[in-house]
Order: sequence, then structure tokens, then C-alpha cells
Amino acid sequence: MAPIVPVASVAPVHVSGPKRSSRSVYILLIPGLAWLAVFFLIPLFTLFMTSLQKESASKPGTYVFGIQLSNYANALAEYWPQFLRSFVYAGLATILALAIAYPLAYFIAFKAGNWRSLMLVLVVAPAFASFLLRTYAWKTILADDGVVTSTLNSLHLLPDGRILNTGIAVVAGLTYNFLPFMILPLFASLDRIDYRLIEAGSDLYASPAKVFWRVTWPLSMPGIVAGTLLTFIPAAGDFINAELLGSAKDRMIGNVIQTNFIEFRDYPTASALSFALMAAILILVFGYIRRSGTEDLV
Amino acid sequence: MTENRDLAAREMFELVRSSLSRRRILQAAGLGSVAVVAAACGASGDDGSSTASAAPSAEDLSDAEKTLLWSTWPGYMDTDEKSGSRPTLDAFTKQTGINVTYTEDVNDNNEFYAKVRTQLEQGQPIDRDLVVLTDWMAALWINSGFAQKLDKSIMPNAANVIPKLASVAFDPGREYTLPWQSGFGLFGWNKAKLKELIGTDTLTSVDQLFNPALKGRVTVLSEMRDTMGIIMAWQGNDPSNFTEDQFMQGIDALRAQIDNGHIRSVEGNSYMGDMQSGNVVAVIGWSGDVIQLGSDFGVALPESGGTLWTDNMLIPPLAEHKKNAELIMNHYYDPEVAAKVAAYVQYITPVQGAQEAMKTVDPALVDNEWIFPTAQTLDRSYVFMELTAEQDLAYQRAFQKAIGN
Repeated sequence: MAPIVPVASVAPVHVSGPKRSSRSVYILLIPGLAWLAVFFLIPLFTLFMTSLQKESASKPGTYVFGIQLSNYANALAEYWPQFLRSFVYAGLATILALAIAYPLAYFIAFKAGNWRSLMLVLVVAPAFASFLLRTYAWKTILADDGVVTSTLNSLHLLPDGRILNTGIAVVAGLTYNFLPFMILPLFASLDRIDYRLIEAGSDLYASPAKVFWRVTWPLSMPGIVAGTLLTFIPAAGDFINAELLGSAKDRMIGNVIQTNFIEFRDYPTASALSFALMAAILILVFGYIRRSGTEDLV
Repeated sequence: MTENRDLAAREMFELVRSSLSRRRILQAAGLGSVAVVAAACGASGDDGSSTASAAPSAEDLSDAEKTLLWSTWPGYMDTDEKSGSRPTLDAFTKQTGINVTYTEDVNDNNEFYAKVRTQLEQGQPIDRDLVVLTDWMAALWINSGFAQKLDKSIMPNAANVIPKLASVAFDPGREYTLPWQSGFGLFGWNKAKLKELIGTDTLTSVDQLFNPALKGRVTVLSEMRDTMGIIMAWQGNDPSNFTEDQFMQGIDALRAQIDNGHIRSVEGNSYMGDMQSGNVVAVIGWSGDVIQLGSDFGVALPESGGTLWTDNMLIPPLAEHKKNAELIMNHYYDPEVAAKVAAYVQYITPVQGAQEAMKTVDPALVDNEWIFPTAQTLDRSYVFMELTAEQDLAYQRAFQKAIGN
């Protein structure tokens, strides 16, 4: 199942003649690389240096150059619950998004016929409204006296008797907000599957379930991997959903980073947390990609 | 995504303002992403300038450029609901020819400070001529040398400031600041729902607020001084003069109510929406906000005491239109103008004579105790103790930890 081109891949720079355009390729790369250097590498480096700063002895509340690795240890010791919670919430949201997105993407790719363009537009359309507004809308959807809450309450499914300002609301908000990032790569992946392969499976007397697990699912793997990453990574760092839909007991690492930056003006701790979050996500992502066997993605 | 959120914030605010038009709508929404980036890139140096002195001034272009850049809190200005115009501001433009760029980009003291801190510390202009900050933040700006001395000679109306606020600890004699509005931190509640849950439609004590029947239906403010002030006063301590132990005792009480699920969330302005939708029955909120919600909602100072705060106008360093800023302060210290603003925003006006002027502006509000509080009402409210930078940080940390951050 190798030759499936990953969703986000850019068309390879085509070199027609031998070595003809190698220099112009490099020249063309300069703006992109300069952009990366100025807006990614330099800020990243600044952030890293900030994460090692120590408090000024002469002027408390300000921070000076230092190599203080204990910033990381202290930050993690203090905030590990929020860290853990971020990964749990983001993980749950990713699994839920996959469960919702897969059937939908499958339907759009194989069954929607003339409706497929319209359905794709509908998937993307909510993204035209602002992220914040959409999250606010969930406060209405999940309101205590709303349909959703009262229905679930009458079935005695809610331990707190409400959804809003609980972890459930935060996970629901994350799932909703990042759902398009799951659907689109899945759709792209499913859409590329040669339908004759699926037909061949049926012709060889495999049951529909068997065809799905042996043919469709493996062939859609690049979409699953891309979709889960695009959902999990931003969800783990998100702070809006926890802020608007959660309670004081549902804060995620993004909220803590924000509080350290803005309320405490403790830039080293906030930077250390940001860096630790980035490192943790990178490790998880590499492990995940290796396991799922789709190295072509990286 | 960062820029999107910031844009989203504006969009969101414009939308909400048209229906709610109150201040601090997005306070808690955490829209500081831009500030975070700015802070991350900037504040790494230690430039050592820390003595409190007047901020540097720029060449005053006021006479040549009839403009003014004003940054303040959302919903803090009288607004015509239909046309969206701001009558008292338009009157100023008409009188003086000065065009005011009125920007409602102060949603939270700390967030706003984080946004402009780098420029302030590096001695660069923040491209604003007038900003509105709460007492303790105004104090921090004055102490850091981020405020310019006012030229009172061109602002005769400044003498109209009410005696109680004419001189404050952080600015004796009001050399750098003038109050914009004051307000109370107090109780707000949904009358019908409160009656349904605890059998009475008036909320008078913090004990009632923590009545188990209200479990999960209560929010408190994310502004430390208001929430902690009310809790400390309830515990019999004095929010204007307390020890660290007393503060921590308050934190313990707050944490207990959060851990057992009684307090459902700790919010900035979003509590207003939650009150309207009925999710939240009782809150520790701000006076003008709750009054704006209408007669279905009750508002009262806790019997053990509420908090009293003031938002202050000040001129940041290197403002290019200092004189225009002074002229507009003078304009808003005209009693009639002050009365018009107060009639709309429903906060306490700091202008002497506004109560007289209210007789013609809106007679129904002349005896409104939330705009013109009586001595008794004021006696039941505390101005939060002034904290040193170190104390402020230590207390903020304890407070944020209790509220999950």
C-alpha cells in the first residue's frame, strides 16, 4: 500500500533536464526559508532562551539571561495535572472526531454523488465564522435548560446534572472545533482509493466488513494519521474551549501558559511550559507515526 | 490562528455589544494570544529603569492634528442603541473639532498591560493618548513612570472630582489620573430561580450564596480583588487591611467551594450571558453589569460588605496628543456630560454636580444608589488593600491556583 500520496504533500519540484534548474530551485526557496527563519526559528530560539532565564536579583519581577534548567522541573511539578488533562481531553476529542468523521468522509467520497461538492462546502462552512463565536454557540447548545442537557438528564446520564462547565463540554467543544481537520484529510485519502480494489474484494467473496477492514481502512491510513495529528496537536494546546466551556477543574495547559504570561508575567515558566508541551507532542507524534507505519508522512 | 483570534475577539465584541453593550464582555475569554507572542519576543532584558517619575512626553501635536487615540473598556460610553453613535463623544468633536478614535481594547488590566509592556519598557510610544485602567494597574503605571503629569490649567472641570476620590494613595492630589467611573463588586442574581431554589428572592449574605441548594449555579469573578474582597469581608477580615494569613484563609474558603462543585466557574464578563440564559443563578459580579440585565435580576451588596473600585484615565508616555486628551477629560468632567454617561453605563460617577444635572438628564436616576451611592452604601464597601508588586504576584498565584490555573 505504498503509493498513496499523503494529503498535504506538495507536488514535487519537477526537474526535466539533468541539473538544469537546481540553482533556480534554491533561489526560489529563499523567500520560504527566510520566512521560516524569521517567523519560526528566531521566535523559537527566543522562546527557548526565555525558558532558561532567571529572576533578576536587583529588580524582582524581571528576568535576565541564565541557564536555569530548574524552570522546567518546577513548571512540570506544579502543572502536571493540567498537562495530563490536556492530553486526555485532546486524545478523547481526537477519537470522537475520528468516529464522527470517518463515516461522514466515507459517505462523501463514495456515496454522495452529485451532492459531494455541497457536502464538502458544508463541512468547511462553519470555519468561516470565527472560532470564538462557534465556541460561544456551544454555551447555548449545552445550556442547563437546553434540549441536550434535559434529555440526557432525564436518562440520568449526567453525574453533575449539567454539561456546561464540565469536562464533557470541553471535550465536545474540542471535538467540534477540530472536526473539519479530521474530515478533510480522511476524505482526500478515501477519495483516492481505486474503487476497483473494493469491488475486487467483493468479487473474491469477502464480506463487506472484511473488505472494509482489509482494503478500505488500510488504504485510508494516511488520511487517518494526518487527520488525527491535525486534530490532536491543536486540541492539546487549545485554551479557548477550556476557558469558555469548562470549570476551574477543567483547565488545560494552554490556560496555564496564558496565566503565567499574562497574570504572573512569569515568562520563563510560561516558555518552559510551551517548550515542554512542544516536546511532548513531538515525541507522541513520532511514536505514533512509527507505529502506524506511514513514514511517508514526515 | 493568533491573528484570527484577535480579529475574532473584535468581531465577537461588536456582535455582543449590539445586544448587551456592557463592559468587560470578553475579559475572561483569554484573548491575549497576541500579547503572549509580544511578551515572548520582547521582555527578556533588564533595562534597570525603575524609579517612579513622570513619563517622557513627546512633541505635542494637538494643535496641528485634531485627533485623539483613546483606549478603554467595552461598553463604557453612552451609546445610541439604534444608530450606534456616541452622543457625548460626538458633542466633544462638534465643540472642539477633535476627532476621537475610541477603541474598546481594554478587556482586562493584565492583558492590556501585557500587550503594551514591551513598548513601555523600551521607551517607545504605545500609540495611544489616553488609557483607562483600574486603581491598582494605574498605580503600577505611575510607579513605573508610565504616566504623564496632567496640565490642570487647561482642565478647569477637573476640580469637579468628588472629594472622596480627589486624592488617593497611589496618586496624591490626582496629578496623573482622573477617575472615569467607579463600581461595586457585589451580588447579582436571577430572582425567579433563586426563589425556586432557596425560597427567597433576595440574596443578602455570602452564607446564602454558599447554600448547598445553589450548588453548581454560582459563578464568581476572575478579578482577584473583587472575589477575594467579598470573601474576606464575609470571614470578618478587612479587605482594606489584611494579613497574608487572612488572605490565605479566604483562598481556602474559595478553593473549598470550587472543589466541591458549588462554584461552577470563575469568569470575567461571560457571567452576564450565563445569567441571562439561566445557567447561573447567583454571582459575584459588577454593579453596572447586573443592573443592565433588568428587573428580573436582583443586585445588592453583601451584608458583610462588597468591594469598591475605580477605573482611571491616564496619559501614557510619548502620547502625541496630550493636550487633546486633557481637553476630553475636561469635557467629561462637565456635570451634565458626566450625568449622561452615568445614566447609560450605570456605574458610579466621580463628578460632583452630576446628581444635580441628572434631574434634567433622567429624573428617575437622581436617587439611584448605584450611580450616586449614599454614605451608608459606601460604608458597606471596601477598597482593596494596596499591594506591593511582590504581594500582588504572590496573591495572584494563590488565587489563580485556586481557580485551576
